[in-house]
Amino acid sequence: MAAYIAKRLLGLLPTLLLVGFLVFMLVHLLPGDPARLAAGQDATPETVELVRKDLGLDKPLPQQFLRFVTGVLHWDFGTSLRTKRPVAIEVGSRFMPTLWLTIWSMAWSVIFGMAIGIVSAVWRNRWPDRLGMTLAVSGISFPAFALGMVLMQIFAVDLNWLPTVGDDTWRHYILPSITLGAAVAAIMARFTRSSFVDILGEDFIRTARAKGLDERRVVIKHGLRNALIPVVTMMGLQFGFLLGGSIIVEKVFNWPGLGRLLVDAVDMRDYPVIQALVLLFSLEFILINLIVDVLYGLINPTIRYR
Amino acid sequence: MATLPASVASVVHDTRVRTPWFEFWRKFRRQKIALVAGAFVALLVVVAIAAPWIVPYDAENYFDYDALNARPSLAHWFGVDALGRDIFSRILMGARISLAAGFVSVAAGAIVGTLLGLLAGYKEGWWDRAIMRLCDVLFAFPGILLAIAIVAILGGGMANVIAAVAIFSVPTFARLVRGNTLALKHLTYIEAARSLGASGRTIVFRHIFPGTISAVVVYFSLRIGTSIITAASLSFLGMGAQPPTPEWGAMLDAARSDMLTAPHEAIFPALAIFLTVLAFNLLGDGLRDALDPRIERR
Repeated sequence: MAAYIAKRLLGLLPTLLLVGFLVFMLVHLLPGDPARLAAGQDATPETVELVRKDLGLDKPLPQQFLRFVTGVLHWDFGTSLRTKRPVAIEVGSRFMPTLWLTIWSMAWSVIFGMAIGIVSAVWRNRWPDRLGMTLAVSGISFPAFALGMVLMQIFAVDLNWLPTVGDDTWRHYILPSITLGAAVAAIMARFTRSSFVDILGEDFIRTARAKGLDERRVVIKHGLRNALIPVVTMMGLQFGFLLGGSIIVEKVFNWPGLGRLLVDAVDMRDYPVIQALVLLFSLEFILINLIVDVLYGLINPTIRYR
Repeated sequence: MATLPASVASVVHDTRVRTPWFEFWRKFRRQKIALVAGAFVALLVVVAIAAPWIVPYDAENYFDYDALNARPSLAHWFGVDALGRDIFSRILMGARISLAAGFVSVAAGAIVGTLLGLLAGYKEGWWDRAIMRLCDVLFAFPGILLAIAIVAILGGGMANVIAAVAIFSVPTFARLVRGNTLALKHLTYIEAARSLGASGRTIVFRHIFPGTISAVVVYFSLRIGTSIITAASLSFLGMGAQPPTPEWGAMLDAARSDMLTAPHEAIFPALAIFLTVLAFNLLGDGLRDALDPRIERR
């Protein structure tokens, strides 16, 4: 197992390097002179040259890339052009609110999504299935930002049950995490249903029924465990979706997280912050997929790690 | 024996007309919901094309200053926005933008992705590794993040959003088609074609490609829904269509400040996005059920 994880981590290196290279190139693909961008609109040519030297932008590209990679490995992403503070600090203070938001969304979308999926599969083509699948297809068709606005209007403004914006208490998490998780819950429900329908048609399920097990045991003990395997993979992929979705939901709920930082940074063309965030989001996504692969083996003992 | 038994006659009849198209239509016809969704999509396409001629008011340059934020009425079916523009006209013109964004981006992604997938699957070896590595890298960015990064480089605007969405559609199609190609290329009919001296190009485009079409069509429909949402999301974030363009996501963003006094300004664009994406998703589901042979019995 440990050897497998080590091997997978090594296998990530080329992907990480490529992602890093693309992120590094971002600055050079931006229209205009990055040194002028960093120095500011009103800087004199002398200042721009000084900034260029300071940022190493006068060196050849490979050398600049090396400098970038070394910086990243030392947790040094440069200085935010907007606030003039180190990017690592800017990002650090925004990290936890986004992480908690995605974890909450994941938790409840897995619970609701799988419950709806299992119910739909067990009562296939009957009314619980129709209701569940109607909800699910609506969930993937309703854009998160519209859902967020609707939920905020109903539960925060009209009914005044929950706070509108910010992240001060656990009650602040309810609406944003539901908004963010809705689409994932819908995808999980559809996926769980089809995976379960496949499993329930297998011979070993027929055997379990034939030997007289009651239906609940058949579904939970024999069905669930096998149906979960593809569902867990799906979960990992959806985590990336949540990371991306958080960018939108954070704008709706004025959430002090990474997503809003990214949107602001793009608006202000604060490229060191954009670089750090794109890198961080991708790294998170890649690591989560690794964790999912490892989990995969814990649920499915037929997979042997080599 | 003067006449054949009825069952034999019907078998003879069936084999005569069972072209792939007929077979597809026979199964698709049974999907009532997908048929309705398909009709709705067709209606949307007509509306989108005809929009400039059928809108009651100019979507960008007509301002009714006496009816700012007015609720829906006979004169303004969907009401009036904060600047005095007719929301119904803006929704109709917005259909043009959203459908074009969804269709163009996915079509570009599907063409490039399919070509890469055919190449990777057919050549294998070095080509396969290079293309799949590229896909891994594109997959390493959550979709919308990639789009934001591209918009950060190219600048905002709908054209760049479409380019961004196209780029992140590429790996999905590449992987899908590669998988199908790998499965198809070892079948006997491909071997037969090769032994007859067919060139690589003929084998790929005449013999392998048709086998991948059904999967591509299903993904195409499902991806359009996702892409419309992504494009609208980017506009909502202020990175896509810029005011006064009547893009649905941008309209929702503009409606946020007036949610209390004029909720209709948010409701109609939200409904427009929802119904459009829903129609594409239901159509895609129906296509999948009609085209996937495994689903026949369920």
